[in-house]
Amino acid sequence: MTEQKQNTKPFPGQIEEIPGGGIVLSKLDDIINWARSNSLWPLTFATSCCGIEMMATASAKYDFSRFGFEVARASPRQADVIIIAGTIVNKMGPVLKRLYDQMADPKYVIAMGACAISGGPFFYNTYSVVKGADHIIPVDVYVAGCPPRPEALLHALISLQQKIKAGLTREQIKTTNE
Amino acid sequence: MFEEIGTTTEGDLIINVGPQHPATHGVLHLVITLNGETIKKVEPHLGYIHRSIEKMCESLTYRQFIYVTSRMDYLSAHINNQACALVVEKGMQIEVPERAKVIRVLMAELTRIASHELWWGAMAMDIGAFTPFFHAFRERETINDIMEETCGARLTMNYMVPGGVMQELHSDFQKKVKEFIKLFKLKIHEYEELLTGNIIFQNRMKAVGILSKADAISFGCTGPVARGSGVSCDIRKIYPYDAYDKVQFDEVIETAGDSLARYMVRLKELHQSISIIEQLIDNIPEGDFQAKTKAVLKLPKGEFYQRVETARGEFGVYIVSEGGTTPHRIKFRSPGFSNLSALDHMARGSKLGDLVAMMGTLDLVIPDIDR
Amino acid sequence: MMNEALKTRITELLATATFDETGEWLNISIDSTQWLTFAQQLRNDDNLLFDYLFCLTCIDNKTNLTMVYHLTSTKYRHNIVIRSSLNTDNPEIESVASIWKTANFHEREVYELFGVNFLNHPDLRLLILPDGWEGKYPLRKNFEDPVNMIKL
Repeated sequence: MTEQKQNTKPFPGQIEEIPGGGIVLSKLDDIINWARSNSLWPLTFATSCCGIEMMATASAKYDFSRFGFEVARASPRQADVIIIAGTIVNKMGPVLKRLYDQMADPKYVIAMGACAISGGPFFYNTYSVVKGADHIIPVDVYVAGCPPRPEALLHALISLQQKIKAGLTREQIKTTNE
Repeated sequence: MFEEIGTTTEGDLIINVGPQHPATHGVLHLVITLNGETIKKVEPHLGYIHRSIEKMCESLTYRQFIYVTSRMDYLSAHINNQACALVVEKGMQIEVPERAKVIRVLMAELTRIASHELWWGAMAMDIGAFTPFFHAFRERETINDIMEETCGARLTMNYMVPGGVMQELHSDFQKKVKEFIKLFKLKIHEYEELLTGNIIFQNRMKAVGILSKADAISFGCTGPVARGSGVSCDIRKIYPYDAYDKVQFDEVIETAGDSLARYMVRLKELHQSISIIEQLIDNIPEGDFQAKTKAVLKLPKGEFYQRVETARGEFGVYIVSEGGTTPHRIKFRSPGFSNLSALDHMARGSKLGDLVAMMGTLDLVIPDIDR
Repeated sequence: MMNEALKTRITELLATATFDETGEWLNISIDSTQWLTFAQQLRNDDNLLFDYLFCLTCIDNKTNLTMVYHLTSTKYRHNIVIRSSLNTDNPEIESVASIWKTANFHEREVYELFGVNFLNHPDLRLLILPDGWEGKYPLRKNFEDPVNMIKL
């Protein structure tokens, strides 16, 4: 992913200065991706300990609203990104699937913490833990840690924004990396 | 699993609150039977975070199972670890050095302050006041930084081990804790001005969710929930452990039994925790921070129970050992499990909007209930 | 009250109780058919007043299931432990949810994890496990689940 040409300019496109203002020349796809990535609204979904670190990222010291994640919606119909913070167990699996289905396209998923990536510390000898949230829904970004520091979660959010600005769909990313 | 939303023949409405809901502090699913806006019955459905911890611990050794308890009640992680270390020391008759005992009490009291801070911020946010959330997290970040320097982690620190603590205190620990205490005393005053004296807040909390003393004992409630109803049950006073018999502090009891009483108990406990830290921070004795123990721990055949006072109530670890390196059966007696069973009794007859205030003052952490 | 006084008082109430003092608190083993009346006497007797049940659990020894109840008194501050052995094939014991209301949830949990049937319980059904797990009793020692459990 990092070999992709990153959009280092603040705004995608060429700006030509003319007297009285300027003309912006760009692709419509680039502008839409830029707008989408800077205004992702997360869904409040925290099952266990990683939820506290997500709340800490939302609060004043490691604020994530400066990246556009200001409004955390409680309803999945109004959210863009779901941050799975915590362990998913067999009883919670259908609930997660139903929430994901209710979200409107385009939607993104961040798996935060070791439990959401692969079952984490509860991998061996448990009868009720789903060993990784990607058994249920497709995941875009994985954040390692138990729990990850707020800076790690911010890095994940910025990576998601870069992924959106690069503009590839999920199938295209799979074929370019192979 | 999901009840049909609709009306029954008597005109009652059954609605679901959760499992994904901003006010339930985790994944709690409540099925509420309403008649208009008056609650007739509240039925909690649990198990959305049941990670089969008790079965998993039967294959972990006595040094390994401590990390799992940090993730059960993650807001008082140090105190849960303290209970596990104490029960193994009780079984193996290990003598803990004085320095380790005092360090454990200091860490436990800092954790209690951090947990009450988060409770205060989250409860205010549920009721509708958004500002206290940011104030509370600001102080919590200071405590997390102090913990991170010494223990290495912000939330799930595995610092207590059987025999003492895992490593030596950081050299800046005493200085930073003293600065924090000086700052925090001003901040408690700010919290009381911001929320406690507010007339809207008082109207939402007074006479809401009344729990009588006999009911609190019968439902098995512990911690601030029981102390708000007049039951004297502070484990640190009745069955002292570690260095709690060497410090002076008061047990905070209120008799009204409503939500405001439980709120005031926790705020006053903040003052008591500050006083404990002040008594100990300048008098940490010299010595080892960990007693010498064997590499592989084996508890003798028998049963052992240890109880500690977490920020939510009485946490108990019950180990049945057959003499090997792994326990035969572990049972964790969690405070939230019994506190939740009182919710149905408290909520009958009140309005739906008061349910959120009641749940806020019960201070539930759902992974602690489901284990 | 000290252990000796507790032992004499309890033997007056139930003559068939046996005692074990090797642990931290007094352990009393009783027969499962006499549990309900004995529990009511423990709760209401003026010298005992055990009004606080703080832990209710079950242990799976290979040959039988053992119910364990931890009781304490908020007035006198004495603690006891009551144990009762049950048959593995058909474990049944009286429910004490009418005496200590906290037993309601605890007994539901023991029912779903170990399979103990509590007679006269107001509402005995699954609490923590998902639907479809009746009859599986995961915390018993002979529970096998090759699909979910990955052994180290």
